[in-house]
Amino acid sequence: MDKPLNNRAWFMVAPVFVLVLFSALLPMMTVVNYSVQDSLGQNQFFWNGDAWFRDLLNPSTEIGARFSDALLRNLSFSLVTLAIEVPLGIAVALCLPRGGWTVGPLLVIIALPMLIPWNVIGTMWQIFSRADIGLFGAALTGLGLHYNVTQNAISAWCTIVVIDVWHWTPLIVLLTYAGLRAIPDAYYQAARIDAASRWATFVNIELPKLQKVLVIAILLRFMQTFMIYTEPFVVTGGGPGSATTFLSIDLVKIALGQVDLGPAAAVSLVYNLITLTICWIFFTIMTQLDRRRYA
Amino acid sequence: MARITLDGIAHSYPRSATMALQPLNHVWEQGRAYALLGPSGCGKTTLLNIISGLISPSQGRVLFDGKDVTLLPTEQRNIAQVFQFPVIYDTMTVGENLAFPLKNRRMERSAIRARVAEIAELLDLTGDLPRRARALTVEAKQKVSLGRGLVRADVAAMLFDEPLTVIDPALKWHLRSKLKAVHRALDLLMIYVTHDQVEALTFADEVVVMKDGRVLQVASPAQLFERPEHTFVGYFIGSPGMNLMAAKVSDHVAHVSGQDIELGARYPKIKNGDAVIGFRPDFASLSPEGGIPVQVRRIEDLGRRRLARVALGPHEIFANVPEGVSIGGGQAGLTIQQDRLFVYVDDELVLGDRR
Repeated sequence: MDKPLNNRAWFMVAPVFVLVLFSALLPMMTVVNYSVQDSLGQNQFFWNGDAWFRDLLNPSTEIGARFSDALLRNLSFSLVTLAIEVPLGIAVALCLPRGGWTVGPLLVIIALPMLIPWNVIGTMWQIFSRADIGLFGAALTGLGLHYNVTQNAISAWCTIVVIDVWHWTPLIVLLTYAGLRAIPDAYYQAARIDAASRWATFVNIELPKLQKVLVIAILLRFMQTFMIYTEPFVVTGGGPGSATTFLSIDLVKIALGQVDLGPAAAVSLVYNLITLTICWIFFTIMTQLDRRRYA
Repeated sequence: MARITLDGIAHSYPRSATMALQPLNHVWEQGRAYALLGPSGCGKTTLLNIISGLISPSQGRVLFDGKDVTLLPTEQRNIAQVFQFPVIYDTMTVGENLAFPLKNRRMERSAIRARVAEIAELLDLTGDLPRRARALTVEAKQKVSLGRGLVRADVAAMLFDEPLTVIDPALKWHLRSKLKAVHRALDLLMIYVTHDQVEALTFADEVVVMKDGRVLQVASPAQLFERPEHTFVGYFIGSPGMNLMAAKVSDHVAHVSGQDIELGARYPKIKNGDAVIGFRPDFASLSPEGGIPVQVRRIEDLGRRRLARVALGPHEIFANVPEGVSIGGGQAGLTIQQDRLFVYVDDELVLGDRR
């Protein structure tokens, strides 16, 4: 077949190219540009090579220590919230009725926290957790607990975790519930005929069938918790001290608080790379699961 | 090992005006194979689920060996069930799948191993025991779900809910003969739900034909063929089904669109004479002359036999063309075997006085 060759057709791609250039490439390259330069102010920049990156990845430097602390804090926050949200979400989904008119209203009520904007959540909890006028804070203080978000690191941490659990467990519930509903009745009937206990049914039927849904749920929740910003920003401001200074809080402090554009750019890039790597790992796991299933 | 008695069982689903299952009495004998045959939505799966205890009936009692189990849950009834599509435990091997019902009943480990080996042998699964159940073919998976029912030695009945639906047609025959072999080897009560008459007639000792929640006839495959007690049984079973024609019956003669058909029996009690007469194509033959005059529409050569599609007034009927007879077309004569000619009133068989 004779294909007409016409290189002018490339112009058709130009709009997309320009769009991608301005939406992704140029901003990204600006960050890359900052990450290899240093400045003494007055918009005077000079070449700094990979020095920012070397500092960043070396925990004995000031910025390196800050970064590794924030990363560690962030990872443990993700782990703690996932460890609570996933089992809790599955448990709630298992308790929901399988049919009937109550399902709709129940799901809406459960999904409500997800519909509230982050800033509103932060503000709500900021007031809610105050020991003087907040119901939550006052109640805990009334019970004789030493609860103070602005002074006690454990209080601050627990509050952020509770907020995230309250805000995002519904996502796990909804995904799990959808996964559970997709299991045909015959599996439950077979389990009853085989005299399987509730636990055996869960382990041998429900959990394997939920595998894919749960991988997606965990990926989503991991990414969201790994990028958490608004809640600690509004409720604790990253404190007390730096107890709740997660990566994105720290990044904003470096970039906007101290206007250290070079280190901030380096942090951004490394942060981004970590996120990409974790996504890639999850993606690989998911495709592996698929391949095993259809092997 | 049990005999199952249904005592006035009836069922209607909540918020449904119609009865899914009309009142029914039936005894399922130990060691026999039954088929529940009927079109989709006729209540056969409902009946099966009542026996297995997945549904509790709105009325009536279910007795296992005389013991009332109507209110007992599935797990205490000792039945086994195979579903439309294979239900296997993905994470387990074939062996673990087979052992699962026994493990849940706290059987001793060595006894479990022996029994699993025995059943695997019976189902030709011995080589697959260490394999992941997930990796098997659909047919083998269905055998595993069958095996999970069979491992329990004390199982009262084996229930099948259209178990061959998802099986490749070429392998259906194979799995069905396996089922028959299992039935012979284990002397179990088996109840098999299907909408496929070939499956029902080849599998069962006795077939229960159902429609719209009603049991129309319970009989052996041969009886269903030779003496259908309901017009639906007549045309649902057989290919093509029974010829049915509206007729005016007066005593021993049926009038069908100007023709008189001798019934070979007297039917004095039919109100107004309104009835339907029915006969299977296999018991009617066509000849060039004599008999009831009919219009030949078409002759189909089926290899083993020839089948004529003929018209008698507004009725289209099928009849056999005997070997050696050649029918040109146009007019021909129809002869019906009188002992295979039945009269139905309101779709039910009416017995005449044969003397």
